[in-house]
Amino acid sequence: MPLEAKNITFQYSRKDRLILKDVSLSVADGERVALVGPSGYGKSTLAKILSGYLRPTSGEVLWNGAPLPKKGYCPVQMIYQHPELSVNPRWRMEKTLNESWHPGPELLGDLGIEHEWLTRFPIELSGGELQRFCVARVLGPETKFLICDEISTMLDVITQAQLWELLLKISEERGLGMLVVTHNEALAKRVCTRIINLPEQNAAVKKENNS
Amino acid sequence: MEKSSLLEVRDLGISFSLYQSGLKKKDLNVIRALDLTVNPGEILAVVGSSGSGKSLLAHSILGILPDNATLTGSISYKGEELTKERQRELDGKEIMFIPQSVDYLDPLMRVGKQVVGVRGTREEMQAAFRRYGLAPEVEKYYPYQLSGGMVRRVLISTAVIGHPELIVADEPTPGLDLKMAEETLKNFRELADQGCGILLITHDLDLALQAATRISVFYAGTIFESAPVSDFQGGGSALRHPYSRALVRALPQTEFEPITGTQPYAGNLPEGCLFGERCPYRTEECGNPVPIRKLRGGEVRCIHAT
Repeated sequence: MPLEAKNITFQYSRKDRLILKDVSLSVADGERVALVGPSGYGKSTLAKILSGYLRPTSGEVLWNGAPLPKKGYCPVQMIYQHPELSVNPRWRMEKTLNESWHPGPELLGDLGIEHEWLTRFPIELSGGELQRFCVARVLGPETKFLICDEISTMLDVITQAQLWELLLKISEERGLGMLVVTHNEALAKRVCTRIINLPEQNAAVKKENNS
Repeated sequence: MEKSSLLEVRDLGISFSLYQSGLKKKDLNVIRALDLTVNPGEILAVVGSSGSGKSLLAHSILGILPDNATLTGSISYKGEELTKERQRELDGKEIMFIPQSVDYLDPLMRVGKQVVGVRGTREEMQAAFRRYGLAPEVEKYYPYQLSGGMVRRVLISTAVIGHPELIVADEPTPGLDLKMAEETLKNFRELADQGCGILLITHDLDLALQAATRISVFYAGTIFESAPVSDFQGGGSALRHPYSRALVRALPQTEFEPITGTQPYAGNLPEGCLFGERCPYRTEECGNPVPIRKLRGGEVRCIHAT
């Protein structure tokens, strides 16, 4: 079981409502799991906890049986819902792209990243164009698990199908596991091997908040 | 027809002047020869790939293009040219804008106050929040405290309060779950039935299929095809342009099959048909500029379409 979440409970502060309560899930090697649920139910929060950006109030995230590494390259990488908020606005794109590894021209071609974009600032690119950079930068060789939080909602259907074709190919080749957060049921069925419904997993939170 | 149209865009062109090296400037032409019409009571969906200039189209109607942009052609609202002064007068009153990105909200102002804005009332804001399933206490939150879908609903609330006559919605639904997206579309439909015209700019063909009266397919800064929504259903065999058919085939619920290649970059456009490089029906004649023409109750920019 590479990625495991055990009894994750989360709230932003002690006064706030509970967002997640005793959520557990596990994703096996090379498995692609869809995480679905209505908006505002904590899907993105869970994604951030699983990739180590937020610390759960209680519970733990295990990678191959051990906690996620605190230093160095994290094997669990995440692609965000809002690309415009996940890149440094004062860095040119090439700096963002090469921050953790150096994607080759072939990958950039596959993702449709134009050479001219490399010297631009994020404000000079569209959301869909930025998202391609965000995908390229996390596909380094040390990435073993990918968390995709609504990564294709800002893309047109052809680019979306191209992106998923590429991600599925890489996932098959490297045995890369994936957790895919999406609202699109047709997409979840197409790309994933299993679907997890978050409100069902997180049923305890409702009781807690109402009491 | 001509007289009753609400918004009319004729031969629109937008170019940016960029510094190349030192003080040398070059013009980058991002939108060209674009025509579209929104009638009262109609939802026109403009569907196009990312980076094709869809948001710029919205920004040009609102008059919020950056300073280094030059606009050619004409935009008229209710039969009169939409000048800078008229834009300033009508924006937020008759013409409402639903922006694409979360960072159009003021991060330091509670969202309730932002929804009320200058002309709305607190009651209208509360009614909109109820309609979109936002709890009353959300009013007191700051943007960073909201989830992606909640921000989206706040942005939609800002536009539907008051009495809009034209709504320009730039990607209003990403991050919303199915139920919320459908509720938004239902609200758009109701507003349209009351005579409001809606320009729905989206990359989501699926959404356009559910909501729109007509769909215009946008590619590399211009429109390839405009057709009634019924032509897009049933696998898209009634469509006129090869790119529109490719769009329908790439949907996850149909074939999920992408065509290869990418949209040409605005600084490096081919002379003739903009789709030429990816088109299976390309012939020598496609090397010449392709005008838009009327065909079977729609419009198409392809010389081979029948």
